[in-house]
Amino acid sequence: MSFILKSLGERILLLVFISIISHAIVHLAPGEPSMVDPANPRLKAEDIALIRDAFHLDDPIHVQYFYWLRDLATGQLKSFKDNQPVLKKIWDRFLNSLPLFILGTILTWSLAFPIGIRSALNRGSVFDQTSTFLSYALISIPGFFLSYLCLIFVVKTFDVSVIGVQTFGMENAPWINQFMDKIWHLTIPSLMTAVGGIAILSRYVRSQMLEVMSHDYIRTARAKGLPEDAVVYRHGLRNALLPFITIFGLTIPSLIGGSVIFEYIFGWPGMGRLGYEAILARDFPVILTLNFISAVLVLIGTFISDLLYAVADPRIKL
Amino acid sequence: MQPSTKTVSRASQNPFMENWDIFKRNKMALASFWFLIALFAFALLAKFFTQVIVIFDPHTVRLAEKFLPPFSAYNQAFTPLQNAPLGHIYLLGTDELGRDVFARMLEGTFVSLTVGFVAVGISFSVGVFLGGIAGYYGRKRILFSTVDSLIMRFVDVMLCFPTFFLILTVVALLPPNIYNIMIVIGLTSWMGTARFVRAEFLALRDQDFVQAARALAIPEMRIIFSHITPNALAPALVSATIGVAGAILTESALSFLGFGVPPPFATWGNILSDGKRFIFDAPWLTFIPGFTILIVVLAFNLCGEGLREAFNPKLRKRI
Repeated sequence: MSFILKSLGERILLLVFISIISHAIVHLAPGEPSMVDPANPRLKAEDIALIRDAFHLDDPIHVQYFYWLRDLATGQLKSFKDNQPVLKKIWDRFLNSLPLFILGTILTWSLAFPIGIRSALNRGSVFDQTSTFLSYALISIPGFFLSYLCLIFVVKTFDVSVIGVQTFGMENAPWINQFMDKIWHLTIPSLMTAVGGIAILSRYVRSQMLEVMSHDYIRTARAKGLPEDAVVYRHGLRNALLPFITIFGLTIPSLIGGSVIFEYIFGWPGMGRLGYEAILARDFPVILTLNFISAVLVLIGTFISDLLYAVADPRIKL
Repeated sequence: MQPSTKTVSRASQNPFMENWDIFKRNKMALASFWFLIALFAFALLAKFFTQVIVIFDPHTVRLAEKFLPPFSAYNQAFTPLQNAPLGHIYLLGTDELGRDVFARMLEGTFVSLTVGFVAVGISFSVGVFLGGIAGYYGRKRILFSTVDSLIMRFVDVMLCFPTFFLILTVVALLPPNIYNIMIVIGLTSWMGTARFVRAEFLALRDQDFVQAARALAIPEMRIIFSHITPNALAPALVSATIGVAGAILTESALSFLGFGVPPPFATWGNILSDGKRFIFDAPWLTFIPGFTILIVVLAFNLCGEGLREAFNPKLRKRI
């Protein structure tokens, strides 16, 4: 219990530092919301002063920080760009990103494990060598380049549209067509976001399995005459699983950072694109809050994985 | 490892040669290594021929000969002779302004590799410095906490940022400039190195040779930099090889979103992101830089992975 409290306290302290640093980065860098459109002749000096005043941009930076914190805590934080409440904006986009993230995660984990296990068990086989080379190739290819190749391939071969959340003008189609349309629009981007993860994770699974399978207790299990499946899955895989608890916690920030490019390419109105648009518009509250939320997600992820670790591994005492 | 006459004779060699022999057994890594050496030579030659003695001028605009596919011949009727490409052939075609893609790719080779190496150089220096301090002075206390936990908490803070989003934010806010991009990529990717180096320092700090150096009253800075650091660098250097691959990819992703290295410089990333607008009319503008990035980054990754296996005795046992 004291472990839980202590690590919670540590994480909250971290969060404070993160928010201060990101606030400082955003505010100390040149470029301000009032300067986004310098060519606009209708924007007079007094208008700029008004805007700066309304957004507290003339106050010292630590005062601005407390304004931001107060507004975030009370839910009053407004976007510079369109004066919408930031939290609601992010929540809407979060709901859009979520299916992409969930499907991407499912694809990653359900493909990486079989590939990794199989190449560890048949080390040096054709399958192992091919999958090793392929995973290096997939790590090395720029994500957007692969997405473009995939886009052209899908559009030319299957003659379906995959940009956006659904095809324009499909609102009155029969539900089965609409459903298929949605599936296409969802699958291709999540596959693209999953590709890198599959490549990296299957390498981890492979090396982890190799490590575990070389232990003495595996030889003992084989010597007992257990069927090979039981040896591999019950004795081997179960012990190889531990580090993946941590890795799972670390994949959560990709919900925002990793998806910027894919959401941009596939026209998906998710959090990554919200961040990109906010950066273009110097929309400080949105940028800061996105950073903050992503840090919160990471900390929750690592906290949960610490707890799970303690549950799964009896050698760790809380 | 099976004891053989070869291993016995190898034991007498120095550790570097021993590691090199192990590295050589990995055919793909060895091939990537020589490929990269050739690429560096090529990049230097390219720098020389595009800027010092201009044989390929990447900036010549030939509007009459735009969008020519690879291997098209130069036509004297459209373009004056002094603007002709070398050998009177557009080896990799021309782009939307009639610039020679081959010359641009040559220029980009040098710039992209520079971005990769400088960014990794920065992250490497910061990582070694902070990791070294955390490892060596770890037990010293400042105010309420130890140096080690102070630095490591800072590493945790940095790890919590969504890296690409952070890079994008900073690059978008700063004036567009090739140096800013290198610095920002470097300053957001040192955390892994710092952790490696710290772990190495922790292990080396109490070894006998360090004790001996202390007993000789050698200044602490010299102990750190000339006695411990050389022994702690191997794993960090290996991860730096893979870091170059990551930096090249990050640069191309930034270019893709329009925040990359700005125009006078050509990089693989911005050739690709300019070319993608013409992907149906002039597919070579997308495919040539795309596959170049793929192959070079792949070579860095394979080479780095081979080095990691060769220089890490713990992994070596499993091979």
